[in-house]
Amino acid sequence: MINNLDILFPEIFLSLSIFTILMLGVFIKRSFNIVFNFTSLILILTIAIILNNPNNEEKIFLDSYIRDGFSNYFKILILISSLFVLNSSKSFIVENKLDKFEYPIIILLSILGMFFMVSSNDLILFYLGLELQSLSLYILASIDRDNLRSSESGIKYFVLSALSSGLLLYGCSLLYGFTGSTNFDLIANELNKENIGALFAMVFILVGLAFKVSAVPFHMWTPDVYEGAPTSITNYFAVVPKVAGLALLIKFMLVPFSNILLEWQTILIFISIASMILGAVAAIVQKNIKRLLAYSSIGHIGYALAGVATGEVSGYESSIIYISIYVIMNIGAFSCLYLLKKDGQYKENISDLSGISKKHPLLSISFLIILFSMAGVPPLGGFFAKFYIFTAVIEKEMYFLAITGLLTTVISAFYYLKIIKTIYFEDSAITLEKVKNKSAQVSIFLSCSILLTFFLYPSILNNVVNSLFAN
Amino acid sequence: MNFPILSTLIFLPLISSFFIFLSKDKENNFSSIYISLFSSIATFMLSLFLWYSLDVNTADFQFVEEKSWINNYIKFKLGIDGISILFIVLTAFITPICIISCINSVKERVKEFLIAILVLETFMIGVFCSLDLVIFYLFFEGGLIPMFLIIGVWGGSRRVYSAFKFFLFTLLGSVLMLVAIIVIYWLTGTTDVTQIYEIKIPKEYQNLLWLAFLSSFAVKMPMWPVHTWLPDAHVEAPTAGSVILAAILLKMAGYGFLRFSIPMFPYASEFFTPLIYGLSIIAIIYTSLVALMQEDMKKLIAYSSVAHMGYVTLGIFTFTKQGIEGSIYQMISHGLISAALFLCVGVLYDRLHSRLISTYGGLVNYLPKYSLLFLIFALAALGLPGTTGFLGEFLILIGTFQKSYLAAMLATLGVVLGAAYMLWLTKRVIFGVTQNPKIKTLSDLNKLEIIMLTILSFLVIFFGFYPMPLMETFSSSVNSLIDNYQLALNTRQ
Repeated sequence: MINNLDILFPEIFLSLSIFTILMLGVFIKRSFNIVFNFTSLILILTIAIILNNPNNEEKIFLDSYIRDGFSNYFKILILISSLFVLNSSKSFIVENKLDKFEYPIIILLSILGMFFMVSSNDLILFYLGLELQSLSLYILASIDRDNLRSSESGIKYFVLSALSSGLLLYGCSLLYGFTGSTNFDLIANELNKENIGALFAMVFILVGLAFKVSAVPFHMWTPDVYEGAPTSITNYFAVVPKVAGLALLIKFMLVPFSNILLEWQTILIFISIASMILGAVAAIVQKNIKRLLAYSSIGHIGYALAGVATGEVSGYESSIIYISIYVIMNIGAFSCLYLLKKDGQYKENISDLSGISKKHPLLSISFLIILFSMAGVPPLGGFFAKFYIFTAVIEKEMYFLAITGLLTTVISAFYYLKIIKTIYFEDSAITLEKVKNKSAQVSIFLSCSILLTFFLYPSILNNVVNSLFAN
Repeated sequence: MNFPILSTLIFLPLISSFFIFLSKDKENNFSSIYISLFSSIATFMLSLFLWYSLDVNTADFQFVEEKSWINNYIKFKLGIDGISILFIVLTAFITPICIISCINSVKERVKEFLIAILVLETFMIGVFCSLDLVIFYLFFEGGLIPMFLIIGVWGGSRRVYSAFKFFLFTLLGSVLMLVAIIVIYWLTGTTDVTQIYEIKIPKEYQNLLWLAFLSSFAVKMPMWPVHTWLPDAHVEAPTAGSVILAAILLKMAGYGFLRFSIPMFPYASEFFTPLIYGLSIIAIIYTSLVALMQEDMKKLIAYSSVAHMGYVTLGIFTFTKQGIEGSIYQMISHGLISAALFLCVGVLYDRLHSRLISTYGGLVNYLPKYSLLFLIFALAALGLPGTTGFLGEFLILIGTFQKSYLAAMLATLGVVLGAAYMLWLTKRVIFGVTQNPKIKTLSDLNKLEIIMLTILSFLVIFFGFYPMPLMETFSSSVNSLIDNYQLALNTRQ
């Protein structure tokens, strides 16, 4: 077993570095900058380590930990998105006096939790990873502890998330009781449709996971937490945990529940349709951009779940592509928020964007590209994400799901257009403060150029994602 | 031919729009205007060269380009035949005219306006070149973004409402087409149009797929009863936006019927012919009556566009040589005439900032050059023999008479109504007594406006007397379209 420790190398490296920079933070005064820079370095090094890892499937620790192409892909996606989120939000963090050295360390801890989540092949390890991630997120949500809204959102998230974790744990124990094992492979062999208890367990686990990705009807926390938490945290919430949550949903369908897919699918289809509709309709009346992005993320998760709900590899692939493009779009959109500063304050209302295109053409055109891409208008990247999802869904002849999805696309286009209208069509011309935030600008630039040029070579993501399911 | 001439044609405007984006002139926007004029004229020359080197004796697709695109199963495939080349030339011809017209009419954010126009040109040429359903959808939908911005940023007072209506109507129609495209892919294993022609889609699927395509094309055409976005969009759009909308965007749907609906779903096309006849006749008569009552010049021309497009759908679904050729001819001619009429309205709007008919009257005494050109276009729009407008309608009516007397009779009624509203418009705007004292101070056309409008009037009259160059171009393609359609219907029975 010890010989196989190199499989665990990224996690070991990450944990040791977390301890080291924690010590740094404790012993050096005003250590935010140092810790922050080290965090970026650690993220880059971990990416390098994982890229160096082979993608062949290997299991260690009594088959409870798995490393394969699937987990490696998600780990890299988590790392890259965290890197961009962290760096583009740095000046926001400093200016809002959130620059405690714990901030990046807690983010690293949550990343460690997600690593265990996506690599778990065992219920216990899975739950441990999930809790490590969730506990870090509770702290992050209330990191601005003197701010009433931030603390409120932290408590809200904690209470609801603890409830869902409890349900999830109950599901895990039921599953153990009915199958006699916590190992995913063994559970997969034991499970069948006659096993009513296991079906209950499945529902509980699904509830827990749906909560983490904020799918309807377990989405209630999302708008409040997104609005209450500082923008930099919201950005992190909107991107990284969703990736991990989706990975787990796919993993549960692939391994432990592969024999009772049909039951699992029925629930997922409902959740997916409900998320798409609510995400589209509820966002229309929002005035706060963060709240609007919360609802839009609920809608986007609905589309990603539609791909998962097909229960086919092509569907999972389309979901993974969707979530990857979703990450790119959201990093760009939130980076735009880091540049919206007026009168010394970061603005988050749609009305604060009114007519900014006259004075800030570059920021406006970038926001325009990202928003049209989110709406799924060709030839931008967001269209291809949706296109793959609908291709997979229609292949399974789930026409109802496809047509609902397409109609909600039209409805959700309305609120994206509303923001564009505010930016471009209004007569007033708001001038924003100059914000020196190079990394946010770089994030916006990269995100826009990927979305704009995606149509030139749209199979680039497909090729990567295809290879994940090759065996 | 190894040189990717179609890709060059498509992406030339896009690349030059990037250069405009980079150009840095603050006050007069000279370099932006020159870059865009130069590139759009180069595109036009290139399209003329394509027309010249196109072999019109064959119905095969020419200048075909093929690249693997999405995982080898969807190809980036371009190609043109006798039908599409004319639309490409029309697009490439109208764009420089729009750019010239914006020198007079667009006062703010000229640079962005030119970028939007050039990006739009890329999408429009792309629509007419694509031989793959997904590529077609990409270009078809992509055009929404620049058009939405053109209406919304540079439009009139109710621009937000119109832009949203335009965008959401078109998007709603198109998403169903996307479903149909994906279904076709799973039925046939390809989205390559030429392969789908060969494979033939099973009869039981055709009706639903045809309706899904119709939902998109009907909105874009626009057919009654989903035409309501068009008058709003036209009224609020700036002159150049209206010109592009009327001259080219409306032709995409007619082209879509010819390229996709009929060859791919021959059975459904025959099945739904009565529906199309009904909708077309309603469009022709109803919108002509509505046009009679309009007080806004742009709205009147917009409604007349709906009526003219009614003739196009009627002609296409006769499946006769005359009907289809007439429809294509009508589309080209409407592209020239409606563009010219919107330019004429734009000329007046630039001077008096009013589009209401009642503002004007007796223009002939003070703007003689303008009045002459306006009269030519108005007469062409009502189908005076010797102009392109006559030939299209005439051929369509001949085609319709072969299939249905009733439809042809009712459509002929539309010709009379068309004459009524156009002549009445001319009478109220050009002739009559000058009521408004401001008209006496108006200046006649300036050089740029004379250039634009004379070129258009020359073409309208030239092709009215001598239609052969156009007819020869698409004749063999139309023949093969009809032959394949008849063949498909016969083999099924």
